[in-house]
Amino acid sequence: MEETGNRHYPEKPARVYLFGTCLIDLFCPEAGMDAVRLLEREGIEVHFPADQTCCGQPAHSSGFPEQTRAVALSQLRLFPQAWPVIVPSGSCAGMMRHHYPKIFADDPQLLAEAKALAERVFELSEFLLEVARVRLTDQGAPARVALHTSCAARREMGTHLHVRTLLGQLPGVEVAMHSHESECCGFGGTFSLKHPAISSAMASDKVEALQETGAQTFLSADCGCMLNLNHTLQKRGDGFQGQHLASFLWQRTATDGGQS
Amino acid sequence: MNAQQLQFVPASEFKQRAAVAVSDAHLRSSFRGAMDFLIGKRAAQFPDPVLLERQRGLAEHIRKYSLARLPELLEQLERKLTENGVHVHWAENPEQANRIIIDIARSHSTKLMVKGKSMVSEEVELNHAMADAGIEALESDMGEYIVQLDGEKPSHIIMPAIHKTKQEIARLFAAKVPGVSYTESVDELIGIGRAVLREKFMTAEVGLSGVNFAVAETGTLCLVENEGNGRMCTTVPDVHIAITGIEKVVEKLEHVPPLLGLLTRSATGQAITTYFNMISGPRKPGEKDGPREMHLVLVDNGRSQAYADEQLRSTLQCIRCGACMNHCPVYTRIGGHAYGTTYPGPIGAIISPHLLGLAATHVLPTASSLCGACGEVCPVRIPIPDLLVRLRGEAQHDARPGHAPLLGQGAAKSGLVDAVWSGWAAMYTRPALYRAFGWLATRFRALTPPLQSGWTVGRTPLKPAKRTLHERMAARRVR
Amino acid sequence: MSARENILQRLRAAPQGTPPLPPDVPAFYAANAGAVGNRASRIELFCEKMAFWHGEVVRVTRDGWPQKLGELCKAKGVCSLLHSEQHAAALRATGMAGLRPYDRPIDGWKKELFEDTDASLTSTRGGIAETGTLILWPDANEPRLMSLVPPIHFALLEADRLYDNLFAAMSGQGWSGSMPTNALLVSGPSKTADIQVTLAYGAHGPKELIVLLIDAEEKP
Repeated sequence: MEETGNRHYPEKPARVYLFGTCLIDLFCPEAGMDAVRLLEREGIEVHFPADQTCCGQPAHSSGFPEQTRAVALSQLRLFPQAWPVIVPSGSCAGMMRHHYPKIFADDPQLLAEAKALAERVFELSEFLLEVARVRLTDQGAPARVALHTSCAARREMGTHLHVRTLLGQLPGVEVAMHSHESECCGFGGTFSLKHPAISSAMASDKVEALQETGAQTFLSADCGCMLNLNHTLQKRGDGFQGQHLASFLWQRTATDGGQS
Repeated sequence: MNAQQLQFVPASEFKQRAAVAVSDAHLRSSFRGAMDFLIGKRAAQFPDPVLLERQRGLAEHIRKYSLARLPELLEQLERKLTENGVHVHWAENPEQANRIIIDIARSHSTKLMVKGKSMVSEEVELNHAMADAGIEALESDMGEYIVQLDGEKPSHIIMPAIHKTKQEIARLFAAKVPGVSYTESVDELIGIGRAVLREKFMTAEVGLSGVNFAVAETGTLCLVENEGNGRMCTTVPDVHIAITGIEKVVEKLEHVPPLLGLLTRSATGQAITTYFNMISGPRKPGEKDGPREMHLVLVDNGRSQAYADEQLRSTLQCIRCGACMNHCPVYTRIGGHAYGTTYPGPIGAIISPHLLGLAATHVLPTASSLCGACGEVCPVRIPIPDLLVRLRGEAQHDARPGHAPLLGQGAAKSGLVDAVWSGWAAMYTRPALYRAFGWLATRFRALTPPLQSGWTVGRTPLKPAKRTLHERMAARRVR
Repeated sequence: MSARENILQRLRAAPQGTPPLPPDVPAFYAANAGAVGNRASRIELFCEKMAFWHGEVVRVTRDGWPQKLGELCKAKGVCSLLHSEQHAAALRATGMAGLRPYDRPIDGWKKELFEDTDASLTSTRGGIAETGTLILWPDANEPRLMSLVPPIHFALLEADRLYDNLFAAMSGQGWSGSMPTNALLVSGPSKTADIQVTLAYGAHGPKELIVLLIDAEEKP
C-alpha cells in the first residue's frame, strides 16, 4: 500500500505516455480525451502507444495469474522512454504501480523492468497536482459536487487526497462529504457479475448517500466505479449522474466550456 | 431468517443465503448500525496514524516471528505447561479434539460442561459432539448463551448475538427461561442470564475456554474478556479444559502487551477488556480454589496446510479481533450467518478453505470487491486482499509446480471459464485483434445485449461509446 | 504416529525463508510509549481511566482505610464482607459486622460464596495508569474467586505501585520469571454489550469495583 505523501515527485516533463485503460477505451473515451486536453494545456506532449490494451487487473482479481501475466507482459514494454505514464484510473494505476512488481517477482529481468515502470506510473489527478503542478482557473458557475474515490485509488494511490486538493483550486466548486464516504461502491470488477445481489446493494447504498448530499453530480477518477453507479442510477430511474474527474476538470476550466 | 436451517447448509450455498440476507432490511440496518458503532469506537482508539503503523508493524513482527518458530515454540509451550501441571493434548482434526474433550469429561462422570467463549470449539462443533455423548455443553458468554438458547450459531466472532434485537431476546428469554416474564430492559435481560448461569457455574464439574495467547516461555494461557464468564469457567469447576489453534503461541510474555493492546482496541474500541486472565496451571497445594485438573487441546484442523505455504501462512497471524468483518462492506450487507462458516467475513474467507477445503468454500474468497478495507485495519497486517486473490486462483487451477495441492484444490475449475479467460488473454495480448474488437463493438453498439449476466440485475446495460479512445487518438495522430 | 508427531512434522516440513529477528519490544516501548509523567499524573490518569470503566476510586490513607471501608460497606448495605487473613486484624478493629474470612477450600461452601456474600476485599500487586487497570495475583491467602463472585469488589491499591503501562508493570515486577497459577488484570466491574451493543454492568462478575487508593503522600 502507498504511504501517501512519501512519494518523490519529478520535475514537470515535456512528454508523457497516456495509458487509457480498457474501460475508458470502450465506454468513456471522452474522459480519456479530456485527460489529454488537460495535459496538453500544461504544455505536455501526450503519447498514446497504439498497442496498449488492459493492465490485466480483471484476470488478476479473478484468480487467473497466467493470463494476468501474459497481458501485463504485453503492456510492460510499451513505454520505452523514461517519461511518466499517466493513468486516468486509480485502480489501473495501482495495478501497474503495486502489483506488476509482485507479478514478475520470479524473473529478475522482468522484475527490474516492472519496478522501473512502477516508478513512472501516476494516476491523473496525482500527476496534475504533484508533477504538472497545475493552477486551475475556474470558469464555471457555482456547483456542489460529491466525490467517490475507487478503493484501490484511495488505498493504493491516495487519489482521494489529490482530487480534493485539485478541486480546492476551483472556488466555485463545493465538495460535499457523503455518508460512508470511504466505503466501496460494490463494483469490484468481476465481483459485480458474480455476486450481483451484494454488489447491487452496495451500489444502491452508495448512490443514495451521494444523492443525500444535495450535490448536482458526483465525480470519480475511476471509470469502473462511475459506470457502476451511473448504470445503477439509471436502473433506479434517478436523474442523478456522475462524471469522470477528467471531464469535470476540463469542462470547469476550459474557456469555451469544454466543448472542444 | 431461519437460523435452524442456516446451521447446516454448506458454504457453497452462500449465494442464495446472501441474496436472502441482503433483501432483509431489518438485518441490514441492524448490522450497519452495529458495525458503524464498532468502526467509530476503533477509530477513536487510534488518533495517531503514525503510531498506529508502528504498533501494527511490531504486532506483525511478533506474529511472523512466532510463526517462523512455531514447531519449537509449541514444544516449549508443552514442556512448560507440563511442568506447571497442565495436560497437553494434540488434535489433528475436529474428531480427535472432540474425542479428547469427551474422554476427559467422561473420566469425571460429568453431565454439564460450562463454556467460555471459544471459536475453536465452534469450529470443531464441540457442542454437537458433547450432546451426542450425553453431556450438556452450555455457552456462558451472554451473546453465545443467547444464540445457543435459540438454536443458532454466532453471527460475529466478537459479538455473537449482534443480529438480534433486544425485543427478540426478550421474547426468547420469556419463552425459554423458566419463570421469566417479558422485559426489554437490557439490564434486566442481562440479570436473567447472570442468575441462570451462576447456578450452572456452581454445579458444573468441567469448564471449557478458548485461548487468546499462549506464552511458551512461562506456559501461560491468556484470556481476554469483559463479562467474567471466562474466569468462572476456568476457576470454579474442578476441571478446566482450554482449546486453541496451534497458531496462538508466542515466545515471550513481553510479546503479549503489544498484541493485547491492538486486539481489544481493534475489536471493540476498548483500550483493555475488563479481565485479562493469565493462567499458568491448576490449583497448587494450599490454594483454596481454582481447578484441580487442567488440560490444553492444541488443534491443527487445516492450519498446517496454510503454514506450508509462505504466503498463505500469514493467515495464521490473525489474533481474531474481528475488525476485518466490522469494516467489510460485504459482511455489513449480509451478516455473519450467510457465510455458513464458523469464521465469517474476510478472515473467514481466507481461513475457512484450510479448515473445510476449497470444495465447500471456494465461493467465499469471491465474495469480496477487494476494496482493501480489511487489510487496512488488520492489526497484524495480514494482506487479506492478496490472499483472497490467491485462493480464487487455487480454487480454479491445479496446484502450481512444486506446491502441494490444497484441500479441494481446483474445486471451482471450469473449462468454460478457463476458455473465457484464455480468449480474453489472447485478445488483450494481440493489439490488432483488440483494436478490431473495439472497432466492431462500437460500430455495432446498437446490438449490445440488453441482459449482461449479473451486471443488469441492478443496473442498465453497458453500451460501448461511438468510437474507442484508440480510434480517436489515432485520428489525432493522422490529423 | 501420534497427532502430535504428525502436526509437528508437517510444520517442520514447511519452507522457512530468512527467519525474522526477535522483536525488540523494550525498544518499542522506550521509543513510542509516551511516559505518563510523574507520580501525580500517573495517579490522575489511573483515576480517570478507572472511572471510565465504571470503577470507583476512593482515596484513603494507610491507617484510615479500614474505617473508610466500613463506612462504604454501611452505605452500600453490605452485610457480609469476604476478606483474607492478612486484613483480618485491621478489619476487626473497626468493629464491622459480617466479616467472613476465606479460610478454607471453596469446595465446602460454594453456595454460600455465590449466594450469600455481598462483597470482598482484596489487595493488589499494583496498577496500570494507561488503561486504569488493577494487577491481581491471587494466591493461597487471597484466592481467585474473591475478586470474581461477590457483587462488590473492594481492592486496595498502593499509589506507589502504579506503572505507566502493562509492559512497564510486567518488566518492572519481573513477571516472566515468576508467573503464579493465575495472574489477573482487572479494569472495572464485569460488563457486556452483547445485547444490541448496549453496555450493561455486572454480567457474571462484580457489579461494582471500588478501588481504595492508598496514597502515603496524601495528608489525612
